[in-house]
Amino acid sequence: MSRAGSVSEAAAAVATRGGELTSPRLVRVAGALATARPMPAAALYQLVHVGARRLLGEVVRVQGDTATIQVYEDTTGLWTGEPVTATGGPLRLELGPGLLGSVLDGVGRPLARIAEATGDFIAPGAVAPTLDPQRRWTFEPTIQVGATVSAGDVLGRVQESPGLEHRVLVPPDTRGVITRIEAGDFRVSDAVAHLEDGTALALSQRWPVRLARPAARRLPAETPFVTGQRVLDFLFPVAEGGSVAVPGGFGTGKTVIEQTLAKYAWADVIVFIGCGERGNEMAEVLTEFPQLRDPRTGRSLLDRTVLVVNTSNMPVAARESSVYVGMTIAEYYRDMGYRVALMADSLSRWAEALREVSARLQEMPGEEGYPTYLANRLASFYERAGRVQALGRPQRTGALTVIGAVSPPGGDFSEPVTQAALRVAGALWALDPELARQRHFPAVDWRLSYSLHADATEPWFREHGGEAWPEVRRGALELLEREAELREIAGLVGAEALQDPERLLLDVARDLREVVLAQSAFAPNDAFSTVTKTYLLAQLSMSTYQSAARALAAGISLDTLNLARVRRALVALKTAAPEEWDAGVAEARAAVGELTP
Amino acid sequence: MCLSALDRAGARTRVGGTMMPLPRVHPGAAAAAGPLVFLRASRKVALGEWVILRAPGQAPRRGQVVDAAEDMTVIQVLEETAGLAPTLTELTLTGEVPAVTVGRELLGRAFDGLGRPLDGLPDPVGDALAPLTGRAMNPSRRVSPYAFIETGLSAIDGLNTLVRGQKLPLFSGPGLPGLEIAAQIVEGARAPRGEPFAVIFVGLGITARERDAFVRRLEASGAMERTILYLNEARDPTIERLLAPRVALTAAEHLAFEHATHVLVVMADLTHYCEALREIGAAREEIPGRRGYPGYMYTDLAAILERAGVLAGREGSVTQIPVLTMPDDDITHPIPDLTGYIAEGQLVLSRELHRRGLFPPLDVLPSLSRLMNAGIGAGKTVPEHREWADQLYALYARGREARLMAAIVGEGGLHDADRRALGFAERFEKEFVAQGRDGRALAQTIESGWRLLESMPRDDLVRIREATWKARRAAAGATVRAGGRA
Ligand SMILES: Nc1ncnc2c1ncn2[C@@H]1O[C@H](COP(=O)(O)OP(=O)(O)OP(=O)(O)O)[C@@H](O)[C@H]1O
Ligand SMILES: [Mg+2]
Repeated sequence: MSRAGSVSEAAAAVATRGGELTSPRLVRVAGALATARPMPAAALYQLVHVGARRLLGEVVRVQGDTATIQVYEDTTGLWTGEPVTATGGPLRLELGPGLLGSVLDGVGRPLARIAEATGDFIAPGAVAPTLDPQRRWTFEPTIQVGATVSAGDVLGRVQESPGLEHRVLVPPDTRGVITRIEAGDFRVSDAVAHLEDGTALALSQRWPVRLARPAARRLPAETPFVTGQRVLDFLFPVAEGGSVAVPGGFGTGKTVIEQTLAKYAWADVIVFIGCGERGNEMAEVLTEFPQLRDPRTGRSLLDRTVLVVNTSNMPVAARESSVYVGMTIAEYYRDMGYRVALMADSLSRWAEALREVSARLQEMPGEEGYPTYLANRLASFYERAGRVQALGRPQRTGALTVIGAVSPPGGDFSEPVTQAALRVAGALWALDPELARQRHFPAVDWRLSYSLHADATEPWFREHGGEAWPEVRRGALELLEREAELREIAGLVGAEALQDPERLLLDVARDLREVVLAQSAFAPNDAFSTVTKTYLLAQLSMSTYQSAARALAAGISLDTLNLARVRRALVALKTAAPEEWDAGVAEARAAVGELTP
Repeated sequence: MCLSALDRAGARTRVGGTMMPLPRVHPGAAAAAGPLVFLRASRKVALGEWVILRAPGQAPRRGQVVDAAEDMTVIQVLEETAGLAPTLTELTLTGEVPAVTVGRELLGRAFDGLGRPLDGLPDPVGDALAPLTGRAMNPSRRVSPYAFIETGLSAIDGLNTLVRGQKLPLFSGPGLPGLEIAAQIVEGARAPRGEPFAVIFVGLGITARERDAFVRRLEASGAMERTILYLNEARDPTIERLLAPRVALTAAEHLAFEHATHVLVVMADLTHYCEALREIGAAREEIPGRRGYPGYMYTDLAAILERAGVLAGREGSVTQIPVLTMPDDDITHPIPDLTGYIAEGQLVLSRELHRRGLFPPLDVLPSLSRLMNAGIGAGKTVPEHREWADQLYALYARGREARLMAAIVGEGGLHDADRRALGFAERFEKEFVAQGRDGRALAQTIESGWRLLESMPRDDLVRIREATWKARRAAAGATVRAGGRA
């Protein structure tokens, strides 16, 4: 594609119009779109430089010799008559060591570099390569001269961060015999190996972001993506390689969930896409992450994180591309054989960018003005999640879990973006404004949410969490369901009118909600809950119910049962510091034991 | 950004800083519709370019290019278009993007929505002309907001703490005192340690009465000399409303980041702004989004609200308190909804509290400051702030729920704990929230909350840790021994 692109560039440069030699110029600028003529050889998704300041843009429509371009930078001040130059192919992202810890804009430029070029406020036209072109990396080959390699084979490794070994891969569509490969310190664009046909293989490679990177085959879901959030791991677990939609009205906790998962979830690499959201939230991540430790490696969290940031006031076209930039990075690490989690906050803002561009193109609008291809685009985005056997040797299994926040207008889930997301996502974590108002966080609505991975992940939880995990889980779900019914009745007749067994159920369900499901992202000892802790708290709540129910059946009145002690013990256990843990467990067990008649 | 400023030599803001054509004059436009004027066969037109329209016998009007095209350029006129005959109107494309005079000299003055003096004084010279669309702060240069702002309102300082660099809107309703509360916040919000502090007020389609009330309070509190007013009133052209917040924020950014000033920007009423946006969208025959508002309203509002923040290595800050009216008190209406999706929380007014004569009628349940955690705690407010606030909130929430239940089953049908919470909610509203028109120091707010909490049995205070409780009892005991109140 890139070769065709440069030909078209040449063709465009000498195109004639009205007998006179003309090069492409802007004939219209409106919002994020610019139109240029003559560009008879323009191709869809071809990258172009717009105007004298060479703003980055992408062809989104070609009609005759006229190309319509979506511009990734602020178009204010672009004037008709300014030159346009086509580059090679589509938007390709540079992939290689140095991505971890970086903060990129929606087209892959490091924001810190942009700041060096244009200061504290972003001005268009900054040129900033994704990877630091000067930095040298120590490369250690893992194969030898004479080896035949093909797409995805590991050439060698680079210690990218203290916790992660970067595997240098043969790019897709490449094969041949290695004629030279050496250890040493290289810059990302330096050749570390050569093939017999002269092809040079560098530390970095490029990939067109809108295209899914290939894998050898898809593998079924197996191990859970452990989030450390009780309501998620316990009730709505998602498998590694799964995909989740997290819809919720404003302030229901989407961002906090995404950020908490980015901090604590079990993953080798996290890609966080701030898509059309707040600048201050990104600043928060950038302040917090370097100070936080990866729970498993003890390294700075930023060392396993890549941030792609296009805040709501940055150009909408780059908001549209930001999700693909993030996804491509995530796939790249998946291909190395890592477990990657991608957080997108929020897919609704991406969809709105799509709508804005579509409206400017005067395309036939579908539901609520979104283009008719919205559902397809969203599906192909979500479908890039998965657990795969990567291309090439040695054999590697990688997983890419996708968690997408959705911001439905008015919190109404019947709108097109939520609905499109639900059709493809493997799990729904529905956030409820009523729970958020009660400050019950994470505000995951346990009646509406679901996961298609619960069964597949059960064996793992049984082994690592606790033997009765599935039974406790089902028991808890049932209890919550009955609570909802009872609360409706109690709302009509008053709690005082209920019988002991019902009041017990309400009491225990309340503990289950407030102690087990509610979990503050800001509590030092409870922001992350191990599966053991999750199981223990849930199991203790459920055995409270069973023991107390037996006591009631034996004729003991509810008021004489010391449920308050159980509650106190569970609350204390939930936020217990590590050194208080054993004593806390003993006290909770004793309190529950005391209930048994 | 007044004409004279634009004409001043040496202060030109060249579009994009590139080879921009010099001013070009067109003898007439092709057509006009609503606020739009159409210009045929124009070359070298820039998006966002500033246009002067001169109709014979009329004062010059200002406009801006919103669609630059060789065949048909669209200009949005920023003043009343009644009486404008397009073919007879001479258009000057200035080769500049709209810019506004900025500087400390503006403090103490009043301007209209386009930055023209309203106070009879000459145009300010200022420090510079700054383009008013503003550029996005580079997120990697932002500092996460953390500095507590004391507003003097318990419901805010205690439970929904405001911090510098935050955007925290007031969701008001028709007839509710949103603007009055904003005024009270402005009066109370002083920067500690005497750091430079300024207020910028942007009136968007407000009535003369609202304006007078607000300005009087500023004057009474002696804050006028560190205030800039930008006033677009109900009777002024709606279209000017689109520029007014941008004019004001450009001035705010300059004060904040060039003069190390903490700037508090109050905008009222954002609802009028959104309506102007809808009007323009309709005039441009765009496909309307929800309830007729344009599909890009989120992006447009974000371009305004995201101009709050703190930058690394710079002393000042921009904090925004936009006031909006929820049509029909409906928080799911697109205006509050999109604002909620952009802002860092919201302060919601309650019609019920207002009806009961309580002031300020802030409903703390749906209110939220998302940046509160960063601004409270030891060294900032009080060490126990978080649990204290959580406990007040939890009891109040339970009390409000009990109030609903009691309405159905009667107070007798309630649990003891619910009945206690019900009583708590009453007192919380009257004593803590409804503080009246006087400001309260943070210490008073905290004390008032503790007194409410202490009226409850210890067992009801599950959010208060034992250590905190003991410390509090010890402190209270000390006060008693020292002859203080019991
Ligand atoms: N797990 C949690 N623990 C404690 N507090 C939480 C939690 N989740 C959310 N909150 C509270 O709710 C507030 C809003 O959460 P968040 O910013 O994540 O909402 P959101 O759904 O992303 O909203 P928006 O769509 O407007 O971005 C937070 O500032 C915090 O106060
Ligand atoms: Mg969010």
